[in-house]
Amino acid sequence: MSTETAVRPAALGGPRRSSPGFRVLSHSLTLAWRSLVKTLRTPEQLIDVTLQPVIFVVMFLYLLGGAVSGSTDEYLRFLLPAIMVQTVVFATVSTGVNLNTDIKKGVFDRFRSLPIARSAPLLGSVLGDMVRFVVCIAVLLGFGYALGFRIGTDPFSALAACLLVMVFGFALIWASVVIGVVAREPGSVQGIMFMLMFPLTFGTNMITPTDTLPGWLQWWVKVNPVTDVMEAARGLLTGGAVAGPVTHTLLWSVGLFAVFFPLAVRCYRRKA
Amino acid sequence: MTYAFQAEGLVKRFGQTTALAGVDLAARPGTVLGVLGPNGAGKTTAVRILATLLRPDGGRASVAGYDVVRQPDEVRRRIGLTGQYASVDEDLTGMENLVLIGRLLDLSRSEARVRAAALLEQFDLTEAGGRRAGTYSGGMRRRLDLAASLVARPEVVYLDEPTTGLDPAKRDDVWTLVREQVAEGVTVLLTTQYLEEADALADEIAVIDHGSVIAHGTPHELKAVVGGQTLEVRPLNPADVPAVATLLEGVTGHRPDSPARGVLSVPVDGDAALAPVVALLAEQRIEVTELSLRLPSLDEVFYSLTGERADREAQGSGERDGSPGGEPGRPGTQDRNEPDARGPREESPRGHLSGAAQARTPQATNRKEAPAA
Repeated sequence: MSTETAVRPAALGGPRRSSPGFRVLSHSLTLAWRSLVKTLRTPEQLIDVTLQPVIFVVMFLYLLGGAVSGSTDEYLRFLLPAIMVQTVVFATVSTGVNLNTDIKKGVFDRFRSLPIARSAPLLGSVLGDMVRFVVCIAVLLGFGYALGFRIGTDPFSALAACLLVMVFGFALIWASVVIGVVAREPGSVQGIMFMLMFPLTFGTNMITPTDTLPGWLQWWVKVNPVTDVMEAARGLLTGGAVAGPVTHTLLWSVGLFAVFFPLAVRCYRRKA
Repeated sequence: MTYAFQAEGLVKRFGQTTALAGVDLAARPGTVLGVLGPNGAGKTTAVRILATLLRPDGGRASVAGYDVVRQPDEVRRRIGLTGQYASVDEDLTGMENLVLIGRLLDLSRSEARVRAAALLEQFDLTEAGGRRAGTYSGGMRRRLDLAASLVARPEVVYLDEPTTGLDPAKRDDVWTLVREQVAEGVTVLLTTQYLEEADALADEIAVIDHGSVIAHGTPHELKAVVGGQTLEVRPLNPADVPAVATLLEGVTGHRPDSPARGVLSVPVDGDAALAPVVALLAEQRIEVTELSLRLPSLDEVFYSLTGERADREAQGSGERDGSPGGEPGRPGTQDRNEPDARGPREESPRGHLSGAAQARTPQATNRKEAPAA
């Protein structure tokens, strides 16, 4: 009992040790830890960033490699960086689904009844899911290496490619958060997200060069930000134009974040 | 008078539905306010507003003097919330669930662990602390949920149907834990569909139906006012029944009913009638096996106030319907379930006990003019 009385939560008038900004960060990291523990305890949740990209690579490589590039080795250089981007984009879906599940189950009610920033539970979920991006990039680079994929640039560029893809994923994930907060069912989050993610990922030059496509589709591929991310990843991993696609990717990331992060917090707050 | 929490005229609408139509609730520090009502009555909505999870469309609510809308962070520092569905994280262990909350309350890692271990100990979960909450039984989950709401040592704890779906033994465990908290000075807002639970825990009860408080008072006041008291006599020899009936009518001025074979019951005002009845029975040498003066059960109070006997199966409280209130044909309940029983409620949305009871039990209101004040 003596130890108990010694511990007074700051919430009850104890000394506040830190600034508001630091508290948001520390609460977010605590909740990211929660999200991480949950993911590691249910590893089957990682299928979409482990097995699924491997299947996509094998499927496209052997179905289309000969037709598009004449050889699978050549096609792998073209395909792998793009699949990396596709997987990260798809990986954002589960963040919204998990968030919606937490809200429905009432776990978030408890968080919202605590004196923490409204953005902390959302930031925590998102930061915790960053590990999924890391896993998918590692799996794809490892699997690609086994199939004969080699980095054609230097390690720093390769690292930059990985970080760039993650930055874009971090920006796009907030769209998933918005839908996760607003939707009524986890199932509908998945439905809505995949409806958006399919044209974003397949409507690119991921599997075929743009000039083989009909005119209207070429237009879409050119305005689609995911094309820029794929081009940037290709450039940084295998060589080629870098400046334009990287700039576009960063601008799009800032734009997506600027729109969807405040929207997500607003929607979450309105639910309260 | 200072209240630990107070809600005045709370209004909340969801689209076309009015969930709360002007609800007043208040509790003094260290007491339990029971909010009783059927599913959909507005209990959970009221709790969510007081817990800063929902904004009211009208009215005011405060906790420890802090407004739930304008000073939500001050309110959040002082409350603990236990969900209608145990809102613990199933993928985390019991320990991790409590440490998580402690960390979010700005405890250091070691402080959070010490606090979590103490709560696990207190709630008899030490052994299960290392297991995922998803593997817990219903009772363990409720205890963990309750423990999680107490990490911050809150002044006010909201228990939203804390024992729904628990078997009676587990329910008693939760009741004991709640009483312990109250003994330590915590104020509790308890919502429940179980009259027995409100009776067992609450210092005061507010009965909510269709978004309005239709009665408010101590359990005793509610029982006394709504039903009045009943004197029951069971003569040893059934042949004495007519004689006892005459005797009772002579003393009370009411014709006795016979709720069961060989039993006579008659409404009385207070216990004044008891002594003359005992004296007359002795004088006439009538032996009785049962002589009792009883208040109506809370079940009768509730059903007579809401007039919704037909809904009782739908409330999922089947397991508790074996309580005394479940006895059929109790005097004084049947006639209060007429269609006009809903009348007084609409006229006085914050219907005070006396107001709600007046229309139906005029004899009782004389005694209890303003019992809930």
